[in-house]
Amino acid sequence: MKTRIIALLLALVALVTVPYWMPGAYYINVTSQILFYAIFALGLNILAGYGGLVSLGHAGLLGISAYAAAYLLHAGFGHPVAIIIALIAGLISMAVYAVLSLRTTGIGFIMITLALGEIIWGLAYRWISITNGDNGINVHSRPMPFGFSLASPTAFYYATLVVFLVCIVIVTIFVRSPLGAALMGTRDQPRRMNALGYHVWAIRFWACMLSGLLTAIAGVLFVYYNQFISPQAVDLTASAEALLMVISGGAGTLLGPIVGAALVVIVKSVVSGFIERWNMLLGAIFVVIVIFMPEGLVPGTARLWRLAWRQFGTSRDDDAAAPSKAGAEQ
Amino acid sequence: MTFWLLLTVNSITFGSLLFLLAAGFSLIFGLMRIPNLTHGSLFMLGAYFGATFVGGMLGMMFNFWVAAVMAALLVAAFGAVIERLLLRRLPGQQMAQVLVTLGISFIVADFCLMVWGGDPVAVATPDTLVGSVRLGPMIFPIYRIAVIGIAVVVAIALWLLLDRTRLGAMIRAGVDDPDMARVVGIRVSRLFTIVFALGAGIAAFAGVIGGPILTVYPGLDQYMLPLALVVVILGGSGSLLGSVVGSLIIGVLYNFGQALLPELAYFVLFLPMVLVLLLRPQGLFGRFIP
Amino acid sequence: MSRKLTRRTFMTATAAGAAAATFKFPTPAIAQAAPFKLGLLTVKTGPLAQGGIQMEQGVLTWLKLHGNKMAGRKVEFISADTGGKPAGTKTKAQELIERDKVDVILGPLAAFELLAISDYIREHKTPTLSLAGADDITQRKPNPYFLRPSATSSQAMHVMGHYTAKEMGKKKAICIDYDFAFGYEQQGGFQAAFEKDGGCVANKLWVPLGTPDYTPYLAQMTGIDVLCQGFAGSGPLAFMKQYANIGLKFPVVTGETGGDDALLHAFGDEALGMMSTCPYTLDLDTDANKKFAQAMFKNFKVVPGFYAAGLYINCDVVEAALKASGGTTHDKEKFMAALKAVKLKDTPRGPISFDHLGNVVGNFYVRRIEKAKNPYGLKLWNKTVKTYENVSQFWTWPEKEFLAHPVYSRNYPPLKKC
Repeated sequence: MKTRIIALLLALVALVTVPYWMPGAYYINVTSQILFYAIFALGLNILAGYGGLVSLGHAGLLGISAYAAAYLLHAGFGHPVAIIIALIAGLISMAVYAVLSLRTTGIGFIMITLALGEIIWGLAYRWISITNGDNGINVHSRPMPFGFSLASPTAFYYATLVVFLVCIVIVTIFVRSPLGAALMGTRDQPRRMNALGYHVWAIRFWACMLSGLLTAIAGVLFVYYNQFISPQAVDLTASAEALLMVISGGAGTLLGPIVGAALVVIVKSVVSGFIERWNMLLGAIFVVIVIFMPEGLVPGTARLWRLAWRQFGTSRDDDAAAPSKAGAEQ
Repeated sequence: MTFWLLLTVNSITFGSLLFLLAAGFSLIFGLMRIPNLTHGSLFMLGAYFGATFVGGMLGMMFNFWVAAVMAALLVAAFGAVIERLLLRRLPGQQMAQVLVTLGISFIVADFCLMVWGGDPVAVATPDTLVGSVRLGPMIFPIYRIAVIGIAVVVAIALWLLLDRTRLGAMIRAGVDDPDMARVVGIRVSRLFTIVFALGAGIAAFAGVIGGPILTVYPGLDQYMLPLALVVVILGGSGSLLGSVVGSLIIGVLYNFGQALLPELAYFVLFLPMVLVLLLRPQGLFGRFIP
Repeated sequence: MSRKLTRRTFMTATAAGAAAATFKFPTPAIAQAAPFKLGLLTVKTGPLAQGGIQMEQGVLTWLKLHGNKMAGRKVEFISADTGGKPAGTKTKAQELIERDKVDVILGPLAAFELLAISDYIREHKTPTLSLAGADDITQRKPNPYFLRPSATSSQAMHVMGHYTAKEMGKKKAICIDYDFAFGYEQQGGFQAAFEKDGGCVANKLWVPLGTPDYTPYLAQMTGIDVLCQGFAGSGPLAFMKQYANIGLKFPVVTGETGGDDALLHAFGDEALGMMSTCPYTLDLDTDANKKFAQAMFKNFKVVPGFYAAGLYINCDVVEAALKASGGTTHDKEKFMAALKAVKLKDTPRGPISFDHLGNVVGNFYVRRIEKAKNPYGLKLWNKTVKTYENVSQFWTWPEKEFLAHPVYSRNYPPLKKC
C-alpha cells in the first residue's frame, strides 16, 4: 500500500511541476493533449473496460460538445454559457446514444455505435449551414476562470490538470462504488446480475451517462485547446484512436487509458517528427501489444513484473509486490 | 428522365461493387464474429496490386483478369497469415481483435504509401470492355455493366460453394452454431483460416474490379470500410442473399442520397443500419444476432 | 527506394557538401553562427498526400540546388507531417514554432489547415508562406504574418472564367467542386469572371472530398456547353475517367490542381483537350524553370507540378527577403515588410511581386492537354496556349469594389436564371 501512495505522490509532483522540467512550451502543450485525451479515454474506458460495451463512435459524442461550444462562442455567447450548454448537449446526446445502442451488446454494440458515430460525422461534414463543413469553426479566445487567462500553454496546462485530477477522482470513486461493482458484474455475468435483481439496463445507462460527462468535458477541452473544430475530429479514425488508447493501455484499469493516451499522442505528435513511417510504427506497436500483452500495457507489464519477481525474488517480495500491482489493475 | 434512369442503373452497378466488397466481410463476420476492420485495407491493397500487375511494373504486363486473380491470391495468402499468426490467438476477445485489425490497417495503409507513393494510380479498363453503350436516352459505360455481370458470377460461385460443397456445409454449420460444429467433428480452426483467406481474397478481387472506376489513392480504405459494414449489418451477416440485397439498397441510397439530399447524404446512408440494429438485429436475412 | 530522399540522408549529404564549401570560401561569422531554420507543414499521409509529398520534394530540390544555404546562411530544414487534419496541423505548427523555433514556416497544404492555425501564427508572429487557398487571409481578414506566392483559390479561376467566355466563346456552364472553402472559392471566381464576360453558370455541384463515384453528379449535367471542375489529388483522374465513360463530351476547364502537371503521367486519353489555368506550367521555356524541373526529375524521378513549384518558389522568395533584411529575421515586422517587397524576375513561374495584402501578382498560364513530345517521356503534355501577365487576386476589378463583396462561398455569387 505504502509504495502505491509514494508512487501516486511522485506522479502528482511530476505532473504539477511539468512546466518547470519540460524542455519548452511545445512539450507542455503535448502534455496538455495527453491529459485531455486521457480524460476522453477514461470516459470510454468506463463503457469499454468496466462495462464490456465497446463503443466505436465516441469521437462523435466528443464532437457534439466541441461543436456546441464552438457554435455558441461563434454566435456571440460567453464562455460560461457555452461550456455549460456544451456539457448539457453532450449529456443529452449521450442519453439518446445510450437508449439506441444499449439494446445490443457485444459486436452489435460495436456496430451500432460505429453507425451512430458515422451519422454524427456525416452531419458535421455535410450539414454545412450549421457546422461550416470541412472549413470548421474557429474559436478565437479561451475562457478566463476567476480572471486567469488560459491563453498561455502553462496556464492552459494547469487548467487541464485540475480538470484531469477531478475526473480521476470521479472515476476512482465510481469504480469503487456499488454502481461500479454492479457494472463490472453486468460485464462478466449479465444473466446472473439480472437474476439477482439488478436492473442491468439502468446500470449500463448510468455508466453511459458518466462516460458521456467525461467525453463532453474532453470535448470542451479539445475545442479550447485547438481553438478549432472540424469534421476530422469526429470521424471513424478519431473514434478508433480513442478506443486504441483504452485497449492498448489496458481496458478496465485506471492507469491503462492514461498510458494509452500518452502512447498514442506521443507517437502521433513527437515521434512522427523523427520517423517518417510513424503510422506503420503505431500499427506495429498495437500488433506487438496484442501478441505479448493482449490485456494491455499496464496489466501486461504488471503480469510480466510479477513473473519476474517469482523467478528471481524471494517469496516475501512476491507477497509484497502482488497486492500493489493487483490494486493498479482495478 | 435520363437523370433517374442513369441513377437507377448506376445504383445497381455501385451496388454490385459493394457486393463484391462486402461478400467476404459477411462470411468472416458471420462465421468468426470478428469485427474485421482491415477489410477496407485489403480492398485497397488488392487494387494497388492489380494496378501494378496490369500496369506492368514488374517488366511484364498481365491481362486484367489474370491480374485480378493474382491480386486476390496474394491478399488471400496475406489474410491467411493474419488469421494464423494473430486472430487465432484472440478468440472471443473483441477488444484485442479491434486493436489488432486496426493496427494492421495502419500498417497496410502506410505500406501502400511507401511503395506506391501518394500519387493516385489509375487501373486501365480491360480492352474488351472499353467504351459505352446507348441505353434508351442515355449512354452508359460497358465496364460498369460488366461489373454487374462479375458480381452475379461471384454471387453464383459463392452460392454453389456454400450450398453444394462439403466446405460450404461446414461453413454454414459454423455460422449457425460454432460449438455444435466443433462437436460434430468439423475442424473449425482450419475453417476459420480458409474463410478469412477467402474473404480477404474476395475483397482484393473487388479492389481490382473497382480500380478502373474508382482509381486507387491513399485513404480509399477508410472510405470503403464503413460501406462494407453498412451492407453487412443491413443484409445480415453470414447471409449471401443478405449481402446481395444490402448492397443494392446501399447502392440506391448512395446514388440518390448524394444527388437529391447532399446535406443529409451520410445520414441517409447510415440511418438504415441503426434502424436494422434496433428493430431486426440479425439483419434482413441474417441467421444470428450479433 | 530511389525516389525517397529522406530528410536525414539528405541533411548528412548536404552538410558534408556545405562544410567543404565553407572551408574554401569563409563567409562572415555572423551568418555562420546559427543555421536558418526553415519549417515545412505538409501532408504525407491520407488522401492529400500526393500534393504534400510534392511540396517536400520542391523544398528539397531547392536546397540541393543551392548547397543547402539561404542568403549565405546554412539551412536547417524541418519537415512535419500534419496528416491533413486540422488538429494535427495545430500540433505540428506548435512543434515547429515552440520547440524548433523556426524562422519561417512553409505550408500548410489545405485551406482548412490554414484556417486552423491562422490565429496561432499571428499570435506567435511567425512568417508563413503557403499555397493553401482560404482567400480571405489575404483579402478581408488579412493576416500580417502570411504571404502567398502561389495564388488565391479564385485567382486562376478568374482567368479561366474569362478565357472560357471570351476565347472559347462558351455561354453556359456547370461547376463541380469539393464541398469546402477551396472549392467554393475556385468556382466563385470562375462564376464571377465568366458571368462578367457574358457567360452564365447554370448550377454548382458540391462533392465531398474522397468521393469514389461521381455518377450521381454526372447525371445532373445537361443543357450546357462547358464544364468547370476544381478537383485535386486523385479527384481529377477518377472524375475525368467517369466523365468520359458516361459519354459526356462538353469541354472541361479547370484550375491549378485539376490539370496539375504532376498528374499527367496518370491521366489517360480521356483528359485530352482539357483546359487548365495554373500559376506554374512545366512547359515554361526559361532557364530557371528548366533548372528546377530537371533537378526535380533527377532527384525524385517525377515531374514537378503546382505543389512542388509553389514550394520551390516559396524558397526563392524567402531567400530574397533574407538577403534584403541582412540575413536575419529577428525583427518580424521588418522581415514581413521585406517579404512583401520581394520582386523576382526569374522564378520557375516567371516574374512575381506581391500586393500590400501579401498575395502574389504574377503570370497565369492557360494550357491544353495534348499529345506532344516532351523531355520527360510523358504521354500527355500541358501545352500553354495563352499567358496572362501580372494577374492580381482582384482580377480586373478595382480592389475596393472586389473587397466590398462577401468572400466567394457556397451561395456567393448566387446563381442566376440562365
